[in-house]
Amino acid sequence: MLSYLAKPTPPTQDKRWKLVDATIRRQGQQQRGLIETLHTVQEAFGYLDTQALRYVAMSLRVPLSRAYGVATFYHFFTLKPAGEHTCVICMGTACYIKGSQQLLDTVQRDLGIAPGETTADKKVSLLTARCLGSCGLAPAVVYDQEVAGKVGTAAMREHLKKWTHA
Amino acid sequence: MTPEELDQIAETEREAQSQFTQRVNVCVAAGCLSCQSQSVKDALDQEVTRRGIKDHCQVKGVGCMGLCSEGPLVSTNVVSSGNAVLYKKVEAADGPAILDSLEGEPVSRLVCRTDVPFFQRQKKIVLENSGVIDPDRVEDYVAANGYTALIKALTEMTSHEVIEQVTRSGLRGRGGAGYPTGLKWSTVSKSVGTQKLGTQKYVVCNADEGDPGAFMDRSVLESDPHRVLEGMLIAAYAVGASEGYIYVRAEYPLAIKRLRNAIRQAERIGLLGSNICGTRFSFRVDLRLGAGAFVCGEETALIASVEGKRGTPRPRPPYPAMEGLFGQPTLINNVETFANIAPIIRNGGEWYAQIGTEKSKGTKVFALAGRVENTGLVEVPMGISLREMVFEIGGGIPEGRKFKAVQTGGPSGGCLPTDCLDMPVDYESLARAGSIMGSGGMIVMDESSCMVDVAKYFMDFCMTESCGKCIPCRVGTYQMHRILSAIANMSATPQDMKMLEELCDLLKHTSLCGLGQSAPNPVVSTLRSFAEEYRAHIEDHKCPAGVCGAQSAAAEERETA
Repeated sequence: MLSYLAKPTPPTQDKRWKLVDATIRRQGQQQRGLIETLHTVQEAFGYLDTQALRYVAMSLRVPLSRAYGVATFYHFFTLKPAGEHTCVICMGTACYIKGSQQLLDTVQRDLGIAPGETTADKKVSLLTARCLGSCGLAPAVVYDQEVAGKVGTAAMREHLKKWTHA
Repeated sequence: MTPEELDQIAETEREAQSQFTQRVNVCVAAGCLSCQSQSVKDALDQEVTRRGIKDHCQVKGVGCMGLCSEGPLVSTNVVSSGNAVLYKKVEAADGPAILDSLEGEPVSRLVCRTDVPFFQRQKKIVLENSGVIDPDRVEDYVAANGYTALIKALTEMTSHEVIEQVTRSGLRGRGGAGYPTGLKWSTVSKSVGTQKLGTQKYVVCNADEGDPGAFMDRSVLESDPHRVLEGMLIAAYAVGASEGYIYVRAEYPLAIKRLRNAIRQAERIGLLGSNICGTRFSFRVDLRLGAGAFVCGEETALIASVEGKRGTPRPRPPYPAMEGLFGQPTLINNVETFANIAPIIRNGGEWYAQIGTEKSKGTKVFALAGRVENTGLVEVPMGISLREMVFEIGGGIPEGRKFKAVQTGGPSGGCLPTDCLDMPVDYESLARAGSIMGSGGMIVMDESSCMVDVAKYFMDFCMTESCGKCIPCRVGTYQMHRILSAIANMSATPQDMKMLEELCDLLKHTSLCGLGQSAPNPVVSTLRSFAEEYRAHIEDHKCPAGVCGAQSAAAEERETA
């Protein structure tokens, strides 16, 4: 068999690559499965690094440039590992009207990081969301997957303090 | 699965349910879940087991009940007395009190009144099962007349008759543009495609609800996923498709989970797969997750994304009805459009056409949010006035502030000022007033919102979400955002205003897809209705609402630094 058609071996012995392989198989190793596969990689590893992109691209036989293009086009994919905790502030219209900009300004000032960045001690990552769909509870913030509604500046500071001083 | 077997499932389920004389429904849609409704349900479950009343008291997780701002919501129903009560802001500790109330008086401190306009003025078609059935059980959906429309279409109607009923209903696409659904279906059904190697048609459900401030589709998917599947199945039968995709946002994990579950259940009882109901009709559905790109709501960009590529739109024609997914004829409809299909087939197109206005038929689900007393999900007949929406259903503006504008249609829509309040809500009226129906987000703003700031907010959104394929959108949104930021910083000149108006026109007429073409809408509509606010920023260097100025200037600085 020609070497470039052979299935590449996973970059590491990590068991999580089995999940990725399963997705690739389920998509019939078709190029159309690229986004689904990247979702699985991100779910398993938390982010997409060059090594992962290279492996996915080779497995699906797409150019690395295309895998990289897709990974950078969509906001949901991240190429950097996240911190221990993530704080997502919803910047949807309803939340914006109800003051999510103040929340964002407060976190930026307190932690000294911009949206998409992680603090130097890798404790907290700050992200913004386009809309969580929790508009009835605006302004909404997600602390580590848990949605909190009607968040005030003081309550948010309180929550972040638990993370930074832990 | 034969029609008789489906009846059997419904019968068994109804019988099982009739044993419960007391019912407690807990909302487990995303809104209430983020207010800990799961712990409320667990507490109620435990208490019911502890009291040993499991045989006649049922605790059920149901979909969205609408009034998200007062969650977690719990409704109780005692069959013998017909007593139905809705409770708001329930906590886990309230479980025993609520169970006590089933035998006596309601818990007055938690009662949420249902005789108010918020509930009374609604007409539920799409949401008829939301808050009533358990979204995780297909049996519950079948017992509520689910899948009877599919059986009717498959066994009693030809595909032509199905399209005829949808056309007669006057249903228009609920994704925003309002293209007549019947017409779209008949185009796809007649399409032979352009591929030489035979035709395989696709049905795609657009569940990429990208508009900030809109959560109707998410709620429908979380509360009644089978309804959407049924609509897709009927559509597939009508246009002759055998494969379908649901393109859903990755940001909606609960909706994805419930959809996956619903697909599995439908496959298990034979409503998805080969030879459905013993006919020659076969249909398979698969999920595709979006990855956070607003532009993927545009149909050609969505197709590219389902194919695993970057979500960039392409020029039309060819329309997806001719050349869509994998180059084949493709029908793309929104979640809410599909959710309307089953009742139309069940009750006939004429029944649906009686509701609404002359050109906009039926009902529309709106996500009411922003500076309004009652926020949540409402379904109203088309043609209701904005005033009724904001002041009766919405309950008015909190804290005694003054109403300023309603924003509809998200970043592609516009702001409607006070003098539009008596306008009926339908596709044409909203378009005339410089906004669009959009997917159904309705954000109320009061005097504390600055319109320049709002326009800047939406332009910022369009700028970051522009896919970068066509220059008018990529560069135009950047330039417009730059000018709007200058206005907000009080550093704009009258020349900038002229430039802004020119750019509005340019983007509208030269952009490739809907994102760029409609990006100027928030600016155009605020320029039209709130020109004096722009003037105050430029000439008097003042922000009437007190939003822009020092604070935002500091934020800008940090951004550029």
